[in-house]
Amino acid sequence: MIPSVFEYHAPSTVSEALSLLGQYGDGAKLLAGGHSLLPMMKLRFAEPAHLIDLNKIRELSGIREEGGVIKIGAMTSETALIDSALLQKKIPLLVEAASLIADPQVRNRGTIGGDITHGDPGNDHPAITIALDAKFILVGPKGERTVAAGDFFLGTYMTDLQPEEILKEIHIKPFAPKTGSAYCKLKRKTGDFATAAAAVVLQMSGDVVSSARITLTNVGPIALHAQAAEQALVGKPLTDASIAAAAAAAMAICDPAEDLRGNIEYKTAMAGEMTKRAIRLAATRCK
Amino acid sequence: MAKKLITVTVNGNKIEQAVEPRTLLIHFLRENLNLTGAHIGCDTSHCGACTVDIDGQSVKSCTHLAVQCDGSEVVTVEGLADKGVLHAVQDAFYKEHGLQCGFCTPGMLVRAYRLLQDNVNPSEEQIRAGMAGNLCRCTGYQNIVKAVRHAAKTLQTAKQAVAA
Repeated sequence: MIPSVFEYHAPSTVSEALSLLGQYGDGAKLLAGGHSLLPMMKLRFAEPAHLIDLNKIRELSGIREEGGVIKIGAMTSETALIDSALLQKKIPLLVEAASLIADPQVRNRGTIGGDITHGDPGNDHPAITIALDAKFILVGPKGERTVAAGDFFLGTYMTDLQPEEILKEIHIKPFAPKTGSAYCKLKRKTGDFATAAAAVVLQMSGDVVSSARITLTNVGPIALHAQAAEQALVGKPLTDASIAAAAAAAMAICDPAEDLRGNIEYKTAMAGEMTKRAIRLAATRCK
Repeated sequence: MAKKLITVTVNGNKIEQAVEPRTLLIHFLRENLNLTGAHIGCDTSHCGACTVDIDGQSVKSCTHLAVQCDGSEVVTVEGLADKGVLHAVQDAFYKEHGLQCGFCTPGMLVRAYRLLQDNVNPSEEQIRAGMAGNLCRCTGYQNIVKAVRHAAKTLQTAKQAVAA
């Protein structure tokens, strides 16, 4: 319950935050919503000497559409994602996923950027952003760089974000007309991390699947992009057989950790089941 | 470690205090301000017994630093009654038997207070989802749902009376 002592900094601009990061290096952690970091600090899993609070930096929050791209500030809360009329209309998968994350109080504080940069395979945004082919805008002392969500997650709690960098924005293309999507998450109770979850983004041309993105949550050391599962669907009519083939391909890449949520066999089977359900649900939404 | 001076408005009272950065808001409220209504039921941010309202949002004060509240407005359960008259959510938890041991109640009340401002007429499903960040060991939740519905009706009737 009691975190170790640390120095607190509350910069009001990104450049100020970057210079603090440069100054304190590995001893510093960025404080966003604080709903992963503070719990770890309260259990003394993390004992940073400096916390750099990003909550006073206004340029890091907000959702806007610009040049055909939806740009989401990293400090945008889960609640703000759910309440966004723009996202409800243009990227409903993000809204559906956010409403399955944690609970109302946690969603008021937890941010999309923090959920991503934490790099926890249990978090939902990693698989969601890969399914959406999101781009992450990272800012560091030498300027900005862009990394695709699919290249960002390297291992459990490990991402491509460098110690001197800050995730600034998440860029996602709005859904084309008639795109269907779904996020099916199996969990023991509200607020729990997934036993297994699948995100699906589909486009249909008549009965035939013209494009598919399928990703999996919490069944590997990182969020998984089930490309073979996508190939099992694309260019074919959507049938029980093609859905089963996609689920089998998704299960084939699972490498879950055994814990209180279940053993490897159970989690793998549930990843397949969530994949089937998400495909069927996404298909009904391709209208 | 250097303390930071913060100014925070709690239940309408402006408070200026120096706090250690690592002080959790729940400890600041309970130990520094003696507002012991908000409780601590876990150390993993699940139970919601510590829920307070910060700048118009329900927050678990065990997962928020007091130093982060500089310039904020905080409402705790002690701030719900107005001049001794119970707030509609307090009256409804009493009338519908929405509490037994009372340990989760301050967090439940402060959460319900905000839920009913965000959604003035929630369905049972919306109430259960909206209160999902608050655990209760006594009631089985049923009477808490009734209490929130009761409070919603009271607040709506009061609003209509003002309009008429």
